[in-house]
Amino acid sequence: MKTIVKKHPLAIRWFHWINFPVLACMIWSGLLIYWANDVYKITVGGKLLFKFFPESFYKALNVPFRLAEGMSWHFAMMWIFAVNGLLYVLYTFLSGQWRYLLPNRRSMKEAWQVLLHDLRIRRFEQPFLKYNGAQRIAYTTILVMGVGSLITGLAIYKPVQFGFLTWLCGGYEWARLEHFALTIGYVLFFLVHIVQVAKAGWNNFQSIITGFEVKKPAADTKTTDKH
Amino acid sequence: MEETTFTKRQVLRKSAISFAIFILVGFMVYFGYQWVKRQPKIAGAPRPLRESLNFNEQVSSRLFDSSRLVKEYPVSAAEKKVRFNGSDGLRDSVNSGTWRLRVVRSAGDTLQISLSELKALPKKEIVFDFKCIEGWSQVTHWGGVPMKTFIDHYRLGPESQLKYMGLQTPDKGYYVGIDMPSALHPQTLLCYEMNGRALPLREGFPVRLIIPVKYGIKHLKRIGTMFFSNEKPPDFWAERGYDYYAGH
Repeated sequence: MKTIVKKHPLAIRWFHWINFPVLACMIWSGLLIYWANDVYKITVGGKLLFKFFPESFYKALNVPFRLAEGMSWHFAMMWIFAVNGLLYVLYTFLSGQWRYLLPNRRSMKEAWQVLLHDLRIRRFEQPFLKYNGAQRIAYTTILVMGVGSLITGLAIYKPVQFGFLTWLCGGYEWARLEHFALTIGYVLFFLVHIVQVAKAGWNNFQSIITGFEVKKPAADTKTTDKH
Repeated sequence: MEETTFTKRQVLRKSAISFAIFILVGFMVYFGYQWVKRQPKIAGAPRPLRESLNFNEQVSSRLFDSSRLVKEYPVSAAEKKVRFNGSDGLRDSVNSGTWRLRVVRSAGDTLQISLSELKALPKKEIVFDFKCIEGWSQVTHWGGVPMKTFIDHYRLGPESQLKYMGLQTPDKGYYVGIDMPSALHPQTLLCYEMNGRALPLREGFPVRLIIPVKYGIKHLKRIGTMFFSNEKPPDFWAERGYDYYAGH
């Protein structure tokens, strides 16, 4: 006999896995669009530190001269990205799942402990099954970022009709920069997410597909799941 | 969290079903993507993507108020060095004395309007954030006759009941189609001045379109012919994979 613990509801698993290819497509098509006016860079004291993006990067990914293609994908997939995201938010709040997601009073401290643990500075046994403090903060941030991408995106897409949003973003050019910065944020999130999922192991990973985790018979008081 | 007990077999079965669906849907997404890319192209974009661009156009024209005004700036905010992009349709020489704006009212009925006749109509100036589809924008200063004023003056009311306005350069090297509500937008100009002076050659001398509710690709330089149609007039960039509407 095996004891399984329900972790991710079916709806959330669908939202997660629909979002993955859709967001990937949005980032890729966004890159095709960005190339046509690739003005962002990081400078420190007038010295160029990093240019978004180096020519070699564009070449390797076959980005140049695909603006029209990028726009046509971007403005088709935006619907799925937006609808899937809104349904996720609605579901999370109506089903009560927000209780596991939103950061609480302990989250900040716990996130710090998780960070120290992950950097191998101090051990931290996680007491919760679903999300630890670091996860609550990260996954809530990503949700807010999604809303941010919608707002900044609409502000660039229809700056006359959504003039209020464009104004809210600080103008057209700021909105474009913010939209870009959020995308860089997704990429960084993705990298950390992958490393953490790999570290957490198979039982944790398969739960975003099956919905449950199998409880280890010996450790029935202490499940060390994360991510 | 909710705990349940199952036999090993049952757990395996539940996992297998979930993974089977996961892999199946994954393949469907992958092949769906490949399918879209293989579809015949309509004006440079695979059919499903072209249809989705047209769908977005429908949504925009139904939901939005096409008379909403673009934000205007003081003249002092206007850029002196106006960014230049694209010379399609401008390769022939042009003479302001012999140039005429040809307005096709119907087959065999074409108005020929000179620059001085246009300049005699009420003038409007606008300073706005000109947006290129490439992603850059620039606050620039233009002057000319509002399209609406022009249409009223030349009694083109019946023609302007049609769905689209088509514009071409004299050599037909560049051409755009504009939905009529955008063409008649109060800030749309038949423009003959930039920064208070005659348009430079490369900016479309003698007369160009300035249509602040659209991306730069629609601001046709050096207008030769204007016509009206219920069908979408040919559009240079929309034939090359871009959105036909290209509006804000």
